[in-house]
Amino acid sequence: MLRNVAFRLLQAIPVILLVAVLTFVLMHMLPGDPAVVIAGPDATAEAVDRLRHQLGLDRPLPEQLVNWLANLARGDFGKSLMLNQGVLSAVLDRLPVTLSLALLAFTITIPVGVVLGVTAAYYRNTWIDSAVMGVALIGVSIPSFWIAIISVIVFSVELRWLPSSGYVPISQGVGPWLRALIQPAVILALFQVGYLARMTRSSMLDVLDQDFIRTARAKGLNEWATVGKHAFRNSLMSVVTVSGIILSLLIGGSVVIEQVFALPGIGRLVVQGIIARDYPLIQGTMLLLGFAFVIVNVLVDLGYTLVDPRVRYD
Amino acid sequence: MTEAATLTAAMGNPLARPAAEQLLAPRRRFPLVRKLFKHRSFVIGLSIVTVLVLAAIIGPWLTGLDPTSMRMRNRFKPPMPGIWFGADQFGRDVLTRVLHGARLSLFIGLSVALMSGAIGTMIGICAGYFRRLDSLLMRFMDALLAFPAILLAIGISAALGPQTTSVIIALGVAYVPRTARITRASTLVIREMEYVEAARLSGAGHLRMIFRHILPNCMGPLVVQLTFVFAYAILAEAALSFLGIGPPPPAPSWGNIIAEGRDYSIEAWWIMLFPGLAISMAALGMNLLGDGLRDVLDPRLKVET
Repeated sequence: MLRNVAFRLLQAIPVILLVAVLTFVLMHMLPGDPAVVIAGPDATAEAVDRLRHQLGLDRPLPEQLVNWLANLARGDFGKSLMLNQGVLSAVLDRLPVTLSLALLAFTITIPVGVVLGVTAAYYRNTWIDSAVMGVALIGVSIPSFWIAIISVIVFSVELRWLPSSGYVPISQGVGPWLRALIQPAVILALFQVGYLARMTRSSMLDVLDQDFIRTARAKGLNEWATVGKHAFRNSLMSVVTVSGIILSLLIGGSVVIEQVFALPGIGRLVVQGIIARDYPLIQGTMLLLGFAFVIVNVLVDLGYTLVDPRVRYD
Repeated sequence: MTEAATLTAAMGNPLARPAAEQLLAPRRRFPLVRKLFKHRSFVIGLSIVTVLVLAAIIGPWLTGLDPTSMRMRNRFKPPMPGIWFGADQFGRDVLTRVLHGARLSLFIGLSVALMSGAIGTMIGICAGYFRRLDSLLMRFMDALLAFPAILLAIGISAALGPQTTSVIIALGVAYVPRTARITRASTLVIREMEYVEAARLSGAGHLRMIFRHILPNCMGPLVVQLTFVFAYAILAEAALSFLGIGPPPPAPSWGNIIAEGRDYSIEAWWIMLFPGLAISMAALGMNLLGDGLRDVLDPRLKVET
């Protein structure tokens, strides 16, 4: 097990380096001169030159890359122009919001998606299957921000059941926190539920056709144990695989949902950064999220070894 | 004479073509197409997509209005006969805008699918075929995959500025790792096939191997994947527009109509309702189409991003 962990971590190092280089390249693809953009439209030529020098943009590209990587190694992810604050601390300030939203959506997604998928597979080619898969299909086809706006009109404006915007930290009580987040989280989960249900159904179908399921039934094992234990356990692998993708989709989706519900999370930070043309902020945030997902992927891969002991990384 | 012998004889003689065709007639032609048209989701999906494409092509011409012409007299007119989808804050006809938006949104969806398909296939085949490039190329793909697709698209699109082309490039790049992984997986299987071995032994060069033998056999799973990419791209375009980094107004895309109508979503719900329905229908149609293609072309493939 320890060997697995070590091996998988070693494999992640080049990817992390590449993520950093890619982010660097992306931000240097910018048409025009970042110094001009940062200095603003009214800046004098000297001011732009000074800024360019200050940001190190007058150095050769490879040198800039090395400096940027060295800064990263020291934990310096750059400084936001609009907030006048380090990117790392700005992101950490907003992390609880995004994490609350994503984790709440995740805890909704996994059980609902799995139950729907298993149900559809078990009743394959019946009306139950069609109905469940129809719902799942609608889930992956509706734009989340659009249904979010409609949901706000219905549940917040008309019925007045839930707040339409704003965040309450969990330190002020689980109730208010949940009340603020339940609507965005459910909406955010819709796409993922559909996705997971479709995925679970197809992997369950594969397993239900296997010989050992027939054997389990033939030896008189009751249906609950056959499906719940034998079949589901074997399709768990694919659930673990998608859970990494789902987490990534959730963070991506929360960028948009945070905007609709005015939640002060990382997504809103990125969008504000785009409006303010705060490139160091965008760059740093993307990089941090990229790192986070490399780590999530490592954890998912290690999850395999727990679910399926046959998997080894060496 | 046995059937095979008749067939060879018939093929050898050009004059005997009709006989050969007769012989083959009982065997149904285009078995894949026939199977597809028996697949319920495929047929439903194809119908939806066809209707939308037709609407995009001839619809704007039917309403005969300019999607950007403002008629203040019609400001916030709710849906009624003649103004079927209502009018927006500038008195522009929402139906006309949705139909014109269909052109832009479907064009973006198609371009993104083609772009990520072309680049991803190239990378995937190279990684699968030239094994020395494999780990380098795939680590690169892993790095790209480390960013949530929409976030990567936001980053690229923000860097390139709010234009239709930058949306296409951003989303095209964001979906490359997925197509690359699919083609790589197919290539790894195909390169071990006997006919590939035979071609290699008969002295086929790398280019011939790739274009004649590997690429055509990768197409099934790839086409399936691309229909899903098309669906995601339509949803993602809408999301980017909503965040203000999509195709810029006043030219309508489904996403920017919703973004512009958002401020009036309570009093004038029709501005954002109809483009949203259009997006959902387009994504639903492509997803159904993809499901059908997957079942027929590649029964083993799972639902994957």
